[in-house]
Amino acid sequence: MPAENEARRSHRRRQRRKWVSYLLLTVGAFIVLFPIYMTIVNSLLPADLIARRPPSLFPFHPEWSTYATAWSKGHLGIYLRNSAIETAIITVGQLTTAILSAYAFAFLDFPGKRVIFIVFLSTMMIPFEVTLVTNLSTISRLGWYNTFQGLTVPFLATGFGTFLLRQAFLQIPRDLREAASLDGYGNLRFMARVAVPLARPTVAALGVFSFLGAWNQYLWPLVVTGDNNAIRTVQIGLKQLQATQINQIDVTLAGTLIATAPMLILLIIFQKQLIRGLTAGAVK
Amino acid sequence: MRALGVVPKTRRRRNEALLGYALVLPALVVFSVFTFYPFARNFKLALYVTPPYPNLPSRYVGLHQVAQVLTSSSFLTSFETTLLFSVMVVPAGLLLGLALAVAAHRKLRGIAIYQTIFSSTVVTSIAVTAVIFGTLMNPVVGLLPWLGITTTPPLLENPTWALPCIAVLTVWQGIGLSFIIMSAGLQSVPDELLEASRVDGASAWTTFFRITVPLLSPIIFFALVVATITAFQSFGQIDLLTGTNSAFLHTNVLTYNIYQTLLVGAGNPGKAAILSIALFVATMLLTLVQIRLLERRVHYAR
Repeated sequence: MPAENEARRSHRRRQRRKWVSYLLLTVGAFIVLFPIYMTIVNSLLPADLIARRPPSLFPFHPEWSTYATAWSKGHLGIYLRNSAIETAIITVGQLTTAILSAYAFAFLDFPGKRVIFIVFLSTMMIPFEVTLVTNLSTISRLGWYNTFQGLTVPFLATGFGTFLLRQAFLQIPRDLREAASLDGYGNLRFMARVAVPLARPTVAALGVFSFLGAWNQYLWPLVVTGDNNAIRTVQIGLKQLQATQINQIDVTLAGTLIATAPMLILLIIFQKQLIRGLTAGAVK
Repeated sequence: MRALGVVPKTRRRRNEALLGYALVLPALVVFSVFTFYPFARNFKLALYVTPPYPNLPSRYVGLHQVAQVLTSSSFLTSFETTLLFSVMVVPAGLLLGLALAVAAHRKLRGIAIYQTIFSSTVVTSIAVTAVIFGTLMNPVVGLLPWLGITTTPPLLENPTWALPCIAVLTVWQGIGLSFIIMSAGLQSVPDELLEASRVDGASAWTTFFRITVPLLSPIIFFALVVATITAFQSFGQIDLLTGTNSAFLHTNVLTYNIYQTLLVGAGNPGKAAILSIALFVATMLLTLVQIRLLERRVHYAR
């Protein structure tokens, strides 16, 4: 019967498609995971086995001491703490300035609003690298070289964050604002109790982006932190580890894994928010 | 007397305006001090020469220095390197992200694990990525000696191969963000459309090129602009892998050139400022060109 044939053929096609999908997915997963896997293996191998050919693809006698060495000799404890402080300040700061300004742009009327909004957007066109020359001298003139202020204050506001949140706030019905004001809600209370909770997916996504961006910064921490370890971040610590442990690749690799672990945990927890927040926001 | 609790309209307006200014003020202060002021000051610095000895005043030379820097081979090669690098990095990154997002946009068993894997490179910073791939490209313990291939000089000390190698790890690191952006976009493509196309007997390729890509075009466009700007600002991987040899190894991208001009040796803020302006103009022009050429083809649903 033709209908039955048709059904069987379409079933077979669907099966084939499924296998093609899995094949593609597995190739992709291999591309992403292979470098990470080799890093884990090499970080656990004794130094003389890393260079052995053919290589060991599995650490049968893992040497966990590399992690202890990376931790103590690489001062990773201090660097991780510094990175955590830096990241917390920048994330909270960016979220705060973005929520406040996005609320103003979405809900309030004031002369010059359009122009100021364009000014905010224009900051996205100026890469931080372009402002490096003067920012460095500004920071030293303020006496902020090698301090957390110097490390974080230039990043406490982003045009991107304001823009993303404004788009989310604009989706909140105006009637809701009117209704709330009849209930005696002032602007600040409406912002805290209604607007921010309703825009939570976007706020969460923005938070994750700020967090990742701050944690992974490289150029600015490199130029604004001094030679002592006081506020050096973990990314710059890796550069130092690579330079000083040149003969101990396993220790350097252990260090990179230690530096990445906190972020990986965060990603696994917040993955859904990240994608959902992006969908709800400006790039819909 | 006014009725209790009723604030006159003009005063309410004024209060609203004042609150508006107060709310945008913190961000505006940060932008003024750390974005607009330094941006504008580049144009002044560009006209001054800093002598290579400490504590000497800088000297006004006008546009002479601008012309000198913009025609120098150092600037021209690093500009060319930046462009070449972007060409290597941007299309490959977008295609990989799109392909993986489409592949993972299915209701298959275990798909969540794949999604986590694909987005995972957003947590490997550029420093981490550089160290990981630096090891894989190492002449002693890397991948090539595995395969019995030896290159002299080694990959990352080789003027021909250094830039492509750095491009490879940059693409790898970009997979996560590209995947997340494309996945977010795919979620807004109605499933019924894809389903309908399949039911109508369209092949996977047809569905992809006739339905998915047009509907995704705003996102692809967004990702393209972001990826290009990011590629133009690459720095960490160059600093970690080719460092001070970058000029010799043809990996001296504009940002690295700025960093070196400003901080290595005596330091030359005037020249660094000119290079910064060039970086800004290049980024701006490229974005504008992309908008002009491509946005017309972008299919907006609304």
